[in-house]
Amino acid sequence: MFRRLDAGTSAPRPVRITVDGQALDCREGDSVAAALFAGGIAACRDTAVSGAARGPFCMMGVCYDCLVGIDGRPNQQACMTRVRDGMAVERQIGAREVAV
Amino acid sequence: MTSPRAPGPHSAAALPVFDVAVIGGGLVGSAIAYGLRGSAASIAVLDEGDIALRASRGNFGLVWLQSKGFGLGAYSAWTLGSTRLWPRLAAQLQEETGIDVALEQKGGLTPLMGDYEIEARLAWVHKLMAQPGVEPYEWKLLDHHQAASLVPGLGKDVTGAIWTPHDGIVNPLKLLRAFHTAFDRSGVRYLPHHGVTGIAQQADGGFTLDTPQGPVRARKIVLASGLRNGDLGKMVGIDLPMAPQRGQILVLERTRRLLDTPMVTLRQNDEGSWLVGDSQEEAGYADHITTLPMLATLADRAVRTIPALKEVRAVRAWSALRVRAQDGFPVYEQSASHPGAFIVTCHSGVTLAATHALKLAPMIAAGTLPAELDHFSTRRFHVQKT
Repeated sequence: MFRRLDAGTSAPRPVRITVDGQALDCREGDSVAAALFAGGIAACRDTAVSGAARGPFCMMGVCYDCLVGIDGRPNQQACMTRVRDGMAVERQIGAREVAV
Repeated sequence: MTSPRAPGPHSAAALPVFDVAVIGGGLVGSAIAYGLRGSAASIAVLDEGDIALRASRGNFGLVWLQSKGFGLGAYSAWTLGSTRLWPRLAAQLQEETGIDVALEQKGGLTPLMGDYEIEARLAWVHKLMAQPGVEPYEWKLLDHHQAASLVPGLGKDVTGAIWTPHDGIVNPLKLLRAFHTAFDRSGVRYLPHHGVTGIAQQADGGFTLDTPQGPVRARKIVLASGLRNGDLGKMVGIDLPMAPQRGQILVLERTRRLLDTPMVTLRQNDEGSWLVGDSQEEAGYADHITTLPMLATLADRAVRTIPALKEVRAVRAWSALRVRAQDGFPVYEQSASHPGAFIVTCHSGVTLAATHALKLAPMIAAGTLPAELDHFSTRRFHVQKT
């Protein structure tokens, strides 16, 4: 669906994250949302009410359609979070739990 | 916009003389207009635009009995009646519009922290229930253990709670949408941008309402315009002292459903959002700001009530103004000087929606408010001062 444009002058450092346990190679400076798109993953969550699939839409922190779990924390905005080596990303399945 | 064109959607051109015009398209006006449909041939609902104060969109959405009527027993009984009518209203709206307003009446709690709060609230409830006009209903003081059986993860700071089986919640936004959907399907004319600036009664008893879109004429009118009722009331000879009260609400992100027993300060709605509220401030009409100290207080109390909420993020906050007559009780009255003009003001437009639709509307249609509503007239504000 999405194709990276040439990165220009300097080659960015490669970064490896996992998405639902599967390794995904991306680049330093990517947002998690961009990394997901580059890795061919368009739907990163299912909505809280109807369970419909959703993916990043606005890429600028407004639409909240790119929520994912990051390193065990639910409902993180993928487009507002930069990838880090070893980051564990999970699809957000419906509403988060309250751990009582 | 001076070019001659076909009338736009908000044009008052060629409006008929309505049987009833309801001034105010929020939950109070909408419930009454909805309930009038069987007995009025034609109904208009006049509303303001997007900058209206709109308590109907900023409220907490409780269908709530246990805190109502201290100082006026009849208000408690009136509220109890509405909680009993609510299942019928919800079923009717579902059938007519396909909208489930998410009514849940599984009981509700007022959480109490510490002996002082418990003793003060207990005395208050005993006093409320002992008043003339109160219809007795079941209520209990629960200890921490009993309350914790109703509230998963209840914090140890909640040492007691007042419980009644009658309390509950609804989704107030879905409720408003259901009323308006019913209007569309049953020919009630909803007229936005028709804020009323003047009211005149003609020799034949009919009314002419001045609006920015031109005049609207009706044989009967119902003033249900929230905090504007103070000004509009004067136009029909009713002196209704209003006192807005600000409430701030903090909204937490959606989670899986955890809380089935709403509290007066904390509830989870049908789609998973959490609302934290019940602040009360005298702040005039300043509904465009929230204040950090107040939101911090709300957040602190929510986290003490259910400590696991510490991990759940706040996503929104807002202020809204409660519609309150000076003493906080509802006002229902037909004008003596302008017969055919009725005024309806209350704080609890959600809780009372069922009674407004199913009980009050037929009274208005019949043209007289029965003696049981005398408690709610403005006469209580104007006892002789000599």
